Amino acid sequence: MLIIKILAIIILTPIVGGLLTGIDRVITARMQGRQGPPILQPFYDVFKLIQKEPIEVNLMHRFYVYLSLIFVILTAVILLVGGDILLAVFALTLGSVLFILGGYASNSPYSLVGSERELLQMMAYEPMVLLTGIGFYLADKSFFVSDIVKNDIPAIVYLPGMFLGFVFILTFKLRKSPFDFSMSHHGHQEIVQGITTEYSGKDLAVIEVTHWYEEIIAFTFIFLFFATKNPISILVGIIACFLVYFLEILIDNGFARMKWNFALKSAWIVTAVLGSLNLIILSYFK
Amino acid sequence: MNLITTLILFPLAIAVLTFLIRNDKIRGAIVTIGAACIALLAVLVTVTYFQNGITFSYQGEEAISYLIMVLEVLIAGYVITIGIRDKKYIVSVFSIIQTPLILWFELARGHEIEVAKDMVYDKLSGIMVLIVGIIGSLICIYAVGYMRDYHHHHKEYAERKSFFLSVLFLFLSAMFGLVLSNNMTWLYFCWEITSLCSFLLIGYTKTEEAKRNSYRALAINLGGGVAFAFAIVFIGIHYKTLELSVLTSMQPEAAVMIPVFLLALAALTKSAQFPFSSWLLGAMVAPTPSSALLHSATMVKAGVYLIIRLAPLLGNSPVGIAVTGIGCVTFLLSSLAAVTQSDGKKILAYSTVANLGLIVICASIGSQEALWAAILLIIFHASSKSLMFLCVGSIEHQIGSRDVEDMAVLAEVSRKLNLFMFIGIAGMFLAPFGMLISKWVAMKAFIDSKHILSVVVIAYGSAVTLFYWAKWMGKLVSGSNKKQKNDHKLSIHEEIPITIHAILVIVSCFAFPFISDYALIPYLTELFGKDAVIPIGTSDVNLMIMMLAMLIIIPISFIPIYKKDKRRIVPIYMAGENTGDNETFYGGLGEKRKATMRNWYLTEYFDSKKMLYIGNIIAVLILVLGIILLIGGLAK
Repeated sequence: MLIIKILAIIILTPIVGGLLTGIDRVITARMQGRQGPPILQPFYDVFKLIQKEPIEVNLMHRFYVYLSLIFVILTAVILLVGGDILLAVFALTLGSVLFILGGYASNSPYSLVGSERELLQMMAYEPMVLLTGIGFYLADKSFFVSDIVKNDIPAIVYLPGMFLGFVFILTFKLRKSPFDFSMSHHGHQEIVQGITTEYSGKDLAVIEVTHWYEEIIAFTFIFLFFATKNPISILVGIIACFLVYFLEILIDNGFARMKWNFALKSAWIVTAVLGSLNLIILSYFK
Repeated sequence: MNLITTLILFPLAIAVLTFLIRNDKIRGAIVTIGAACIALLAVLVTVTYFQNGITFSYQGEEAISYLIMVLEVLIAGYVITIGIRDKKYIVSVFSIIQTPLILWFELARGHEIEVAKDMVYDKLSGIMVLIVGIIGSLICIYAVGYMRDYHHHHKEYAERKSFFLSVLFLFLSAMFGLVLSNNMTWLYFCWEITSLCSFLLIGYTKTEEAKRNSYRALAINLGGGVAFAFAIVFIGIHYKTLELSVLTSMQPEAAVMIPVFLLALAALTKSAQFPFSSWLLGAMVAPTPSSALLHSATMVKAGVYLIIRLAPLLGNSPVGIAVTGIGCVTFLLSSLAAVTQSDGKKILAYSTVANLGLIVICASIGSQEALWAAILLIIFHASSKSLMFLCVGSIEHQIGSRDVEDMAVLAEVSRKLNLFMFIGIAGMFLAPFGMLISKWVAMKAFIDSKHILSVVVIAYGSAVTLFYWAKWMGKLVSGSNKKQKNDHKLSIHEEIPITIHAILVIVSCFAFPFISDYALIPYLTELFGKDAVIPIGTSDVNLMIMMLAMLIIIPISFIPIYKKDKRRIVPIYMAGENTGDNETFYGGLGEKRKATMRNWYLTEYFDSKKMLYIGNIIAVLILVLGIILLIGGLAK
């Protein structure tokens, strides 16, 4: 039973993630007054990438991308079967670090700058992610997702500050403007495609699929803020996820890319104010 | 003479032997065999006593105490003389205060006090003995090979290898004594010996810088010693005891907190916490084996060991809160300072200070989970940090630099060192390696005991830690695709200890559930008088071990895929101006220019001097606040 569940998670997660990306592209296009691609376009892209001739700049750098995918999948599995939320965060960090190392391993100037920026982004958003996990623990007395979703009161009641903070740093994780300076889906930036500059074909497809997993992982966190043992909360959670996603798309289209200085400062200040204060206040009542 | 006495005296014998023998080959053999024997002895002691522990006193306790007094007078005489000779009067002053004080106390009061247990070997000392015995002796073996290269590269320094190696062994002996003594005057004696040893090691090269830094280390540690001496006198006079175990089992009433505060102060100086951290950062001028010893197995661990012993009295007391605060400041600010460093040894030094801060937070919170994390942190930090120091030492000899920016070429020179360095760094911050497991439990312990500030500090600190380690790792992997050009031979004395260390780092991650079951849980159960449980659930432990297995198996399983899958290699992208060699591009005037790539250091934000300055000020304020609270508690 568990194996079927895990298999379903591994297969379905990227499908949902890919669909979300498709919807994103359509909505973005409409906001910009364009027709936009079909919803299934991300899948067409990935299939096309897989058929391309494999070329590479050296023997080592794609290895990190595969390893990264494996640990991101592991993160998704841990979260969705109801595992420990902090362990999931650590596994995701491992996946992200491996991805960054891939950028370093290609030994190309653009990739390296991308890696550095990605690392800086991680430093910016990591405190908030950790505090969110701890916030859930304080609110629901368990680190396990399976326990968090069985609560009477949704976590957002205890953790409104955490929620806002998490939405703020979600922009990093979804690679949206104003915080998409390590690599963006739009290739015309000053560092070309950042970390992904030297990847092509299958390897680029793998990176795309990894991102789909990461999207779902990010929205699982959003969902957890609303989940209770009441079945209706599932619907509420999903609607909340869509609203947050819409908000992120709106921000993506409404803001230009910021400098890294601003990203680091703002993320840390938001974490310190919203995350820490929420935690301090909650610890008085719990 | 039982095994434990042998364990303390044997390194002393080796120290004397290495000091006397001037022939390189014979001395090398003696050091190697002696160190191996020490490691073996440590294991033997563990096998014999670990299950039940042992406490005992010596027949000729009085004679030993007199011998120690004589030695203390000799050491004090030495310190006072060199202090006056080199115009570093502060060390003389500290010595003049503490030694007569202790002598007076011992002669006037001390002999009336009955000491039931001079030596205590329990599970905590057992773990410390293993760390000191195994990691310490590996470092000694490494020193044989390293020092040969060192004097080959640095002809300007006078060769005093015998002296250096012998001090290393003296250090080990003092460390064993320190973790095994329950009689506080003996503990204090060993404490002072380690201070003296670190002074001698740091000052090895006799340059101006080495001299300055060694005196700073001596001054700060002797300052801690003064606090220690006052604590002993206070306890002896007020409570008529000299036993550490009796002190730690007292009720945490206001008067008890005075010696506890003094002891904690001594521990903070030894563990290089703010505002006393400058000595450890300056200790890097010494040859690498001594840095490895100071940073991993000995010295700094002595401080946190004492805080763990005092843990039952700290908790939410004013002293406990002050110590926790200092740990928080140290962890966060020295992590930030590490970001701006590019010198490998400096990064390691700041990271040591930071991690000790974390251990201090855990130990001073003193809950069951927190202590679990603290002891595990000591184990994992010792093995990873020692591995990295030894690697950096060898790297410096191989590529002629210890700057992280230069390590991109390491893969061309020595694949092995590249891999071992990588393992060491991974051990410091990545899941599923040891340090992360401990940090995870620490986080849980902080939130369970409602130390929200510590939670926030650890969240930020971990993110910063990730930044500075990952960019170092990046430099290591960036050269990994290049062909190995010229393999300098690593001497066998360097290669074997480094390899064993790397294996220890990985194996200890697999073994942590066993360490927990057989050492930590029984120790904590006994300490708290109620059943302790492992703070991580079984399912999580299994997942961690699975992740570790994946990290080992997957790279190996990639090899056949790589063999089969031949791809076209293309040049990297350089905006169309690549000259074809992936290193140079055509500049604006058509000339070839080299593309240089450097990491980010964010000096404008986290300048290390500024961080240290802020950290020291906050730490001093916290100490003052602690003293005020303490006095307030007494007045009540």
